[in-house]
Amino acid sequence: MNDAVLHFSPGAYLAPSVDWLNRNLHPLFSAITVVVEATLSAIEAALLAVPPPGLIAIIIAAAFFAVGMRIAILVGLCLGFCLLVGLWTASMQTVALVTVAVTISVLIAFPLGVLCARHKTLEAVVRPVLDVMQTVPPWVYLIPAVMLFSLGRVPAIIATIVYGIPPMLRLTTLAFNQVPREFLELGSAIGAHPRSVLWKIEFPLAKQTLLVGLNQCILLSLAMVVLAGLVGAGGLGAEVTRGLTRMEMGLGLRAGLAIVAVALVLDRLSRGLLQRGAQAAAR
Amino acid sequence: MIAEAANTAEVLIDCQSVWKVFGDKSAAAMRSISERGLGKREILQEFGCVVGVSNATLEVRRGEIFCIMGLSGSGKSTLIRLINKLITPSGGKILVKGKDIAALSQTHLRQMRAKNIGMVFQNVALLPHRTVLENAAFGLEVQGVPKAERLETARQALEKVGLADWLERYPNELSGGMQQRVGLARALASDPEIILMDEPFSALDPLIRRQLQDEFRGLTKELGKSAVFITHDLDEAIRIGDRIAIMKDGAIIQTGTAEEIILNPADDYVAEFVAGISRLHLIKARSVMRSTAEFQNAAPDLDLRSLAHTSPNADIDELITLTMQSEHDAIAVVDNGQVIGVVTPRSLLMGVKGTGGSGLAAA
Repeated sequence: MNDAVLHFSPGAYLAPSVDWLNRNLHPLFSAITVVVEATLSAIEAALLAVPPPGLIAIIIAAAFFAVGMRIAILVGLCLGFCLLVGLWTASMQTVALVTVAVTISVLIAFPLGVLCARHKTLEAVVRPVLDVMQTVPPWVYLIPAVMLFSLGRVPAIIATIVYGIPPMLRLTTLAFNQVPREFLELGSAIGAHPRSVLWKIEFPLAKQTLLVGLNQCILLSLAMVVLAGLVGAGGLGAEVTRGLTRMEMGLGLRAGLAIVAVALVLDRLSRGLLQRGAQAAAR
Repeated sequence: MIAEAANTAEVLIDCQSVWKVFGDKSAAAMRSISERGLGKREILQEFGCVVGVSNATLEVRRGEIFCIMGLSGSGKSTLIRLINKLITPSGGKILVKGKDIAALSQTHLRQMRAKNIGMVFQNVALLPHRTVLENAAFGLEVQGVPKAERLETARQALEKVGLADWLERYPNELSGGMQQRVGLARALASDPEIILMDEPFSALDPLIRRQLQDEFRGLTKELGKSAVFITHDLDEAIRIGDRIAIMKDGAIIQTGTAEEIILNPADDYVAEFVAGISRLHLIKARSVMRSTAEFQNAAPDLDLRSLAHTSPNADIDELITLTMQSEHDAIAVVDNGQVIGVVTPRSLLMGVKGTGGSGLAAA
């Protein structure tokens, strides 16, 4: 039997379509690049405009009032570490990347998740797509992203968004399916507009699970943003890549620990806000 | 007398031969019911559809409390949800305030639910993240009533149900009975003409339940509201309802006042239900009295004017007390200054037993 007959290469179909996109929709991709770059630069500039100690103080104060003493101390230590190992700018670049990626992921995943909770057929279609998105190794996303947007922060963001959508979408669907039926019945019985039912009944009741989804989205996006250092996304990922290519143990370790510090800050802050919400609901 | 007065009031809810068939092939099942007259079991076997409500006809008039009594699975909860179209009927017609609700647009249906039909649920469904006051104001909030106004209206509604001191508390700080009062206040805040009560007191303990039943009846009458009240408890239906409909297997098998149902149960099922009910406060002098002619034949030497007097609406409990106090073993029933009948110990005993009432009432 001829091996070539049985050989299947999805790339043989994918590559021409990426080429076609590149040839015909180039202006669209350039436009996306400009918008994303501008947003990123603005957030980075804002984070770096304040002197580092000042910004750390502001974040500690905010954490203290919003969450509590212990989290405030932890956040202070983590950010202090980033500053002291000389990776402050890289850390803030990473934070900016994660912020933009998570915002866009949520803007896509939340409405889709709500639609999936409403329409079972849509969920049946979306679910296997999510399975594939979560199982394919994240490096693979980088290839078409780089082909369309070339090297830099934009393909990194795009790959991160693709990686961050599944957890948020799944948990949004779960959160809305968990809203007890009697509350939906209440909404209908008092003559509420579907919009009011969504924002005044379903959203508050789904909030806890939605925040878990947000937390997952943030942490997975952080992991991907670091990986995207390979395609020139800058930030802490770039430092890790540099350490790897030059075999500099010291740089790699510092950058790696700084990533842990940023992850701790983002995770504890989002989780702390989440728990505070839970306490308010249980009050 | 009360029943006669209610009969002249405007009909607020008019259900005409309403059906609800659940299942994928409900339309086909409905067709074969009307064309071939299939029964509940045949529908289940042939179409895999469940008949929730079959051929229900009822009228609720302004100011009336109408109870629908049935055991679980009898279709009573489905029937009440057909009235505000939370469930769409498979057949028949439902008029609310003279308007066919099947013909209303989404917007008009929402308006009718918001302004004309309030609803209270067994599980209350209070939003846990809102205070008692905000929960009571929720119906008005989704109608777009300005904040100050809706909070004031909600506060007044909570005052009516006795929760004025609990405005800023959260639902999980309240007992089951209090939560149910908030549910009632939320329904009352929109000032609807009709209140649908879906087994609101079923989950409460007996004392609280009795108290809420009396309060609910008092409040509904005082505010001049009409209510459809679902319950699985005949005692509750009798305590609250002006009229009662008894449901079994999706069909209404008898509609009438408590007295009518007890004296003339439509079938063995109803008879079994009413067997354990105390007649003392339900059966009136009008139903147990003997005619004056009959009485004078039996006791020609007794002067009717020397007997103790009572009204036709005195219940058996009052009649027993009167008989004990009276010198004679008979009480004259007086309506508009005329003696219309006589109650004797014998007729009282018949009334307590609840049998043969029809013969007596006809006399």
